[in-house]
Amino acid sequence: MLPEFGFGTLFLAFLVAVYSVLAALIGERRRRPDLVESARRAQLLTWPLITLSAGTLVWLLVNNRFDVSFVYEVTSRSMPTYLKITAWWGGQAGSLVFWAWLMSAFASLVTLRKWDRDAEFLPWVILVTSITLAFFLGLVIFAENPFNRYWQTMSGDVVERMFRPAGSLPFFPQDGRGLNPLLRHPGMIVHPPLLYLGFVSFVIPYAFAMATLITGRTDDRWIHITRRWTLWAWLFLSLGLVFGGRWAYDVLGWGGYWGWDPVEIAAFMPWLTGTAFLHSVMIQEKRGMLKQWNMILIILTYDLVIFGTFLTRSGVLSSVHAFAQSAIGPAFFGFIGLTFVLSVALLLSRWTALRAEAEMKSMLSREALFLLNNLLFLSILIVCFWGVIFPLISELVTGQKVTVGPPFYERATAPLFAGMMALMAIAPLSAWGKSTWKTLGRAMWKPSVVALLVPIALWIGKMRNWAALIGFFLVALVTLVTLYEIWRAARARQKAQKETFPVALMRLFGRNRRRYGGYLVHISMMLMAIGILGIEIFQTETQGTIRLGQSLSLAGYEVRYDDIARFPAPDGREVTRAVVSVYRDDKYLGELHPRIDFYFDTQQTMTIPGQRSTLADDLYVLLVDWQPVSAEQATFKIYHNPLVNWLWLGALVFIAAILIAAWPQPEAEMVPVVVTSSGSRRARVGASD
Amino acid sequence: MRRGLFPILLLTLLVILLWSPIRSVSAQGGTPTDDEVNRIARQLYCPVCENTPLDVCPTEACRQWRELIRQMLAEGKSEAEIKQYFVEHYGARVLSEPPRQGFNWIVYLAPPLLILSGVILLFRTLRGWVRPSDVDEEEIQELSDDPLVRKLEEDLRKRGS
Repeated sequence: MLPEFGFGTLFLAFLVAVYSVLAALIGERRRRPDLVESARRAQLLTWPLITLSAGTLVWLLVNNRFDVSFVYEVTSRSMPTYLKITAWWGGQAGSLVFWAWLMSAFASLVTLRKWDRDAEFLPWVILVTSITLAFFLGLVIFAENPFNRYWQTMSGDVVERMFRPAGSLPFFPQDGRGLNPLLRHPGMIVHPPLLYLGFVSFVIPYAFAMATLITGRTDDRWIHITRRWTLWAWLFLSLGLVFGGRWAYDVLGWGGYWGWDPVEIAAFMPWLTGTAFLHSVMIQEKRGMLKQWNMILIILTYDLVIFGTFLTRSGVLSSVHAFAQSAIGPAFFGFIGLTFVLSVALLLSRWTALRAEAEMKSMLSREALFLLNNLLFLSILIVCFWGVIFPLISELVTGQKVTVGPPFYERATAPLFAGMMALMAIAPLSAWGKSTWKTLGRAMWKPSVVALLVPIALWIGKMRNWAALIGFFLVALVTLVTLYEIWRAARARQKAQKETFPVALMRLFGRNRRRYGGYLVHISMMLMAIGILGIEIFQTETQGTIRLGQSLSLAGYEVRYDDIARFPAPDGREVTRAVVSVYRDDKYLGELHPRIDFYFDTQQTMTIPGQRSTLADDLYVLLVDWQPVSAEQATFKIYHNPLVNWLWLGALVFIAAILIAAWPQPEAEMVPVVVTSSGSRRARVGASD
Repeated sequence: MRRGLFPILLLTLLVILLWSPIRSVSAQGGTPTDDEVNRIARQLYCPVCENTPLDVCPTEACRQWRELIRQMLAEGKSEAEIKQYFVEHYGARVLSEPPRQGFNWIVYLAPPLLILSGVILLFRTLRGWVRPSDVDEEEIQELSDDPLVRKLEEDLRKRGS
């Protein structure tokens, strides 16, 4: 009964979503506000309906209802309850329900806002979000139903159907197949939801952009409304990527966090356009330029979000992430094509109305540098997109399967990332409207000289890798420039408002959250860059088979093999756990426990590293092989990953920075501005301060 | 002179003949270490589990392939020869990048060409936009609500003038 209930509510949600599309459309065309209101309420109804359905699915998962095919495929009796819940998004069908559930939540949130000023947008926002929602619900209902059950027919065959075929009996498997061991990790609680949250929340600015195009409003109201949505979307997507990297580092046992796998890139591509969008909307807000460009960016972001889900879920690319393969590919492909063509057609129809209000005054102005930043983001996107789809093209055209792996991406994107860092250093020192080489040079030379000390010191310390020297120079330059800009502003405020420096600094951030939150984001990116440079350029590794009491050495560390044991774990694993001692310069640093987990239900092994983490480096020890017959010998692989912890540290600063930037701004401070006789402006303490 | 040439040739041949077994004996001396094997395995992709480099792939098949690399190294095969062997047996997909030949050149040429056209487009558009005129002070002043930020921005523009 329960599976039918889950499916029924989901089907109802689909019908309601379709109704809200039609009602919004007809209501708008026939000038019937009552119909538009009905569409809005219909959309609000989808969330409780999908919640009921999703709740049913989770109940089935937790209660071992293996007669439901999805439950059979992703859970087993031995799995702990929290993993049974996360199995909701661990398989294809469930993850599409999860997508729809989040989509519906965001659509509801946005329709609950006050619409008085922007009532003309409402029907179109409902239209776009409901079409997206209906598409995902349709996929679940017609192609990937998680509520299908197993039935045994008269002939003894077991078939998978939603409703009971005539003459068949329900079939209950004893145990499920269990979740892919890669996904049985606490990281699975946060990584997919964050990524999906990021994906889904980018639909909202897109919906407003389309509403703007359809209604023909050419102001930047849509950008003001969706500014915070975009920031949250960006935070979620960024965190999804970072947590994914951390999960890979802890679970996949290759000593790294990012392998340029097509599915990683699929999530990275909307991030690139989204980040470009975040920057270029500022130009529209401040200068009334780039209106057409912003539309292009948000359309790209939306379709890359759908494309990302398509790549992950359709199995079109073979990669470590493509666990589930199904026939939903063509539907996705059609939807992406259709929405893209329609959006671009809409944009072209409003092209002239979206002309810039202001002129570009100089090639070195901040707006020009922002454009350059956009060019770099798009260039990285081109490399990524091309690298991901080329194997498909090659297979189609020549029949030859090829791999486009890390060397391709690293070679192509490294100079682009370096260019981006250079821009991060220059842009905050350029002026809106107009900058000259002279003004920029004056602003730049001091921090450049100080930043040069870093590569010089590294050179003296015998570092000869030019890529690393350039990289660390740029990190130092960006950090210095950004900190100096923050310091300069806080000092100015301190003088003007007669505050202490810490108070001035705090209020500076408080009053200009977006600007200084953004600067802090740049600093967090530099912290991450330190980690990335460290592991990408200076990672070393060694592997060897050693006896008990023997050691392997790497980068000044000694790793001694002390003990090993094999034992069953209560959650259906057989664990082989080694004990190794780590020494540096004969000083004992501690024990590590690399292990191999063998999962009986899926017959798969996982290699879990033992890690010793400091700000200077990570020692990452893997137990590669051990045979009980030759118990004294075991094979270990050791990675030395310098500076990688800065990556995770940067991620923490990043979260704080986005929270500052996205937190609602208090009411504008009342500050009278006194114009002195010399013409220079001076700020005075305001009444509200 | 002519009579002297023959012994020299013979001697050269002898040296080569004598030297080459010495070389391969020295290459066979001792089993290649895991690190030597991984140095090559890292550049190859597992032919069965896609997108997993051979050096980190945990499957039994990949373990055997690594052993094969070890064996070939012990036989004195070079890195290029081993890679070539894998390409011949499992196709170009075992390489971490498409081989630079024929149709595959597109993967290397398309991004730079696209990016270059982007740069040209951007600069042409910018040049069309740029009107070197005096910046409208009022317009720039309206950029921020915060007088402090306005002043900071003004400083940036005034610096050096």
